[in-house]
Amino acid sequence: MATQPGEVEAALSRRYDAGFVTDIETHSLPLGLDEGTIRALSALKEEPEWMTEWRLKAYRHWLTMRQPDWAHVKLAPIDFQAISYYAAPKKKPKSLDEVDPELLKTYDKLGVPLHERAKLAGVAVDAVFDSVSVATTAQGQLAKAGVIFCSMSEAIRTHGDLVRQYLGSVVPQGDNFFAALNSAVFSDGSFVFIPKGVRCPMELSTYFRINAGHTGQFERTLIIAEEDAVVSYLEGCTAPMRDENQLHAAVVELVALARANIKYSTVQNWYPGDENGKGGIYNFVTKRGECRGDDSRITWTQVETGSAITWKYPSCVLRGDRSVGEFHSVALTNHYQQADTGTKMVHIGRDTKSKIVSKGISAGRSQNSYRGLVKVEKGAVNARNHTRCDSILIGKRCGSHTFPYMEVKNPTAIVEHEATTSKISDDQLFYCRSRGIGEEDAVSMIVDGFCKQVFRELPMEFAVEAKKLLEVSLEGAIG
Amino acid sequence: MLKIDNLHARVAGKEILKGLSLETRAGEVHAIMGPNGAGKSTLGNVLAGRPGYEVTAGTVTFDGKDLLEMEPEARAAAGVFLAFQYPVEIPGVNNTYFLRAALNAQRKARGDTELDSMQFLKLVRGKVKEMGMTPELLNRAVNEGFSGGEKKRNEVFQMALLEPRLAILDETDSGLDIDALKQVAEGVNGLRSPERSFLVITHYQRLLDYIVPDFVHVLADGKIVESGDAQLARDLEAHGYAWVRERTPTEAHA
Repeated sequence: MATQPGEVEAALSRRYDAGFVTDIETHSLPLGLDEGTIRALSALKEEPEWMTEWRLKAYRHWLTMRQPDWAHVKLAPIDFQAISYYAAPKKKPKSLDEVDPELLKTYDKLGVPLHERAKLAGVAVDAVFDSVSVATTAQGQLAKAGVIFCSMSEAIRTHGDLVRQYLGSVVPQGDNFFAALNSAVFSDGSFVFIPKGVRCPMELSTYFRINAGHTGQFERTLIIAEEDAVVSYLEGCTAPMRDENQLHAAVVELVALARANIKYSTVQNWYPGDENGKGGIYNFVTKRGECRGDDSRITWTQVETGSAITWKYPSCVLRGDRSVGEFHSVALTNHYQQADTGTKMVHIGRDTKSKIVSKGISAGRSQNSYRGLVKVEKGAVNARNHTRCDSILIGKRCGSHTFPYMEVKNPTAIVEHEATTSKISDDQLFYCRSRGIGEEDAVSMIVDGFCKQVFRELPMEFAVEAKKLLEVSLEGAIG
Repeated sequence: MLKIDNLHARVAGKEILKGLSLETRAGEVHAIMGPNGAGKSTLGNVLAGRPGYEVTAGTVTFDGKDLLEMEPEARAAAGVFLAFQYPVEIPGVNNTYFLRAALNAQRKARGDTELDSMQFLKLVRGKVKEMGMTPELLNRAVNEGFSGGEKKRNEVFQMALLEPRLAILDETDSGLDIDALKQVAEGVNGLRSPERSFLVITHYQRLLDYIVPDFVHVLADGKIVESGDAQLARDLEAHGYAWVRERTPTEAHA
């Protein structure tokens, strides 16, 4: 091959740009988890009594549960007593001007400038560093429109009633093992509230960063769109390169009332581990949206390139009549990464529609599974679903799997499933090369074409980022 | 420009080319004719560097450089272009994007500056007009959903844009109706120049009524058994390939 051994190494070492560690003084809770840890955490965050109780209830439920093992992934047992459940930079800023310059530098390096001068045009950013939100931009401008965009900790203190009304209403405390754990120990995340009739004037975005070692990140995000409200939200995630596996167990809840429209996009680039499968983030996430009102719509778009193991199924509960749920996904695995991801579409209301587009790309020795459930309840007259799952394999040692489940209880429903698996064909590769395009560029071009349908769903700036990310993640995939 | 000497090549363990020699100079158009299985397409693929085509003996030089040592993309940058017999579809990859990536990769390899989007768009739109293509072509994915004729015309269009020094046309006439054939031939004729050499691989003489070659070579059983001018192609059409075999038993060249 044209590539020299040295070039491959160089490509691999630059393949994860976000792998640096920020040197910053951190306050952490000691390792381990018991009721005392939860009380301490809740006290640190100056939470009201009801919140502490809510956490404890989740914790007690969690103790009765077992870690599930049905996913198509292999992982070492997780020692939940060897994790610190809270890590936060010591200095507490009161405003953006007081944010530690080291932190600002970190986000600059990640391409997410927080200060007013350089901030991304048309995007408000909430920056979550380890267990806490360190800054939220453009809050003033959003407040004028009536939009609340702040960290979850702040929301619990300042918008307690709203949080209390909606928290756990889509993903209950005892929903599953990791959701229960998250409910007990979640530290921060974003809170979004779009009041009736308001179209959010800018893209909202949260940038999650794990920095400290031996910590888990348990964020909780809650987005509420009232009647006729419209919002587009994007999350990005990165972490330093470490030899240990770190746990990230988030819960995201979306609530769309009548005619509301929520678009939730993820570009997930947690540290995937090295080329031998050492280290990397365990990304075990529960994401669910409920189309609670008639004619509402929720769209999930995800580009998953990071994490040692990804285990997530952003789902839609289509309760309102004529509500629509969509899921667009690109999941790329390389080296020893494992992904078990897909969606659940639960049709409850009449004339509900769902659409699933999943694109899996496997390279190296990775395993990539699509797992999806389409469930049509008895009352869901005229429910429609269309599912399309395409996978592409690069090389001979990776695996791609599809696990579609369907439960249809209404005879008027139409549920369609299409699936394809292909290899990047030698013909396509040679065609590109015969036109002068190098092998690695040809592969990323072919893969990019394969993912086009999903990238189209991402907000413009992030589509470009997603494409770049895919290219970097594919480096070293050929050889 | 291109010098092939005693070329032997195998595909899937089977020897297809058995001592082929051929030389082309700038400005010349050479037609390679021959019956099915003679090794015509193998020749095109070996020259373009397709993986799986193993050269077991002989040499090929292009402008004095060893072509066989070069990766396919390096051959393209050096000016070798293969118009595919079966152009490949690349779903989701926009034609304009593809062509720009190809042209810029070649320019970069040659040490030329790359074209920015505006410069490239100007160039490609000009070529579309020149070649009588529909501008819509630029917004479509590479060969996706193209008819057979569209695919072949797209190959010639790519050639016009990439301006190779050696263009190899692998059965570009196969599967074309007479109108499409004329269009393809017109495109090729428009690209003939004193600096450019063509290797036109075809099964039928029909194409050579429109692209009149300077030399015609008959390929049989892996080597060239007879060479001549355009008249040879017409004789072949009249008498069939058996006629060549009778006149020049392959043993005579062994």
